[in-house]
Amino acid sequence: MNTHLDGNVLAGALRELFTVDITTAIGQCVACGTTGAMGQAIVYADAPGLIARCPACDEVVLRLVRSSDRAWLDLRGVSYLQLELPA
Amino acid sequence: MARAAVLGRLTWQVATVAAVREETATARTIVLDLPGWPGHQAGQHVDVRLTAPDGYSAQRSYSIASPPGGAPGGAAGAATLELTVQRLADGEVSPYLADVLEPGDPLELRGPIGGWFVWNPTSGGPVLLVAGGSGVVPLMAMIRTRAVSGSHAPFRLVYSVREPGTALYAGELADLATADAGLDVTYVYTRTTPPGWPTPAGRISAGILTAGQAARPDLAVFVCGPTGFVETAADLLVDAGYQPSAIKTERFGPSGGQQ
Repeated sequence: MNTHLDGNVLAGALRELFTVDITTAIGQCVACGTTGAMGQAIVYADAPGLIARCPACDEVVLRLVRSSDRAWLDLRGVSYLQLELPA
Repeated sequence: MARAAVLGRLTWQVATVAAVREETATARTIVLDLPGWPGHQAGQHVDVRLTAPDGYSAQRSYSIASPPGGAPGGAAGAATLELTVQRLADGEVSPYLADVLEPGDPLELRGPIGGWFVWNPTSGGPVLLVAGGSGVVPLMAMIRTRAVSGSHAPFRLVYSVREPGTALYAGELADLATADAGLDVTYVYTRTTPPGWPTPAGRISAGILTAGQAARPDLAVFVCGPTGFVETAADLLVDAGYQPSAIKTERFGPSGGQQ
């Protein structure tokens, strides 16, 4: 059974941390070099946190765990994020 | 298409239920008054949080059904927002929203959220929308936005439902499609068809999705539904020669995801 979601579900949790929308950000996967919008990531939300995987190679690109008063963000799976900013 | 904006910190706010509207036997639309709502784009969602007296809280994402600027027919600039909630039998949040919540009740939410799965009138068309079950909700926001903005972008909705009575917005979709040659609505019935339906019940197919036509290079595709449905539909389109980069998907599931 398919239980994964996609990068759209990252939007709210990461908007708690950042003032830009993460789903339109372009990320590059460290493992395979594929670039794409974070909204296209495969996301597993049934772990204790959010796990985002590269849609091309399935490697973990982002992990986010939140407790009541802090968050842990692991971005070692992306070599960069390209974020849209107002001109 | 993605308008860059520095956004304020995303905070929880309290909306007031202005009305509830039954859509099907298991789904209803909640109309919310939301002073200070910054506006939204079609396809965006909100996070809803319920908190029990003992402090336990549960949070889910729900797609916004209404177009920016309030519901059709609402006062211009009214800060209203509509969510359509499908009750899940074993759900933790949806039964409360679908059965218990009444006009006048407060509801805690934050948004608008998400800039990837959105359509704006400036995005243009043609657009193919593919909905599985309650995945039609954000796509309906796009259809309503197109209607209220006067956009003439060609829209085609392929809407997969189990049986006729489970289709959301059936009357409104029929009215919109009748009034506007630029909007086509095609139903796929997976379990039971209406009487006299020309084809037997069955799953979505490449022929239905593409209507036998090759993809136009400027076509934008939005697919929303349960994970299995979304993957099937996207795979069928890619196999039919549609560009993967033109296909945006939104999956929902029972645990914490879009509902």
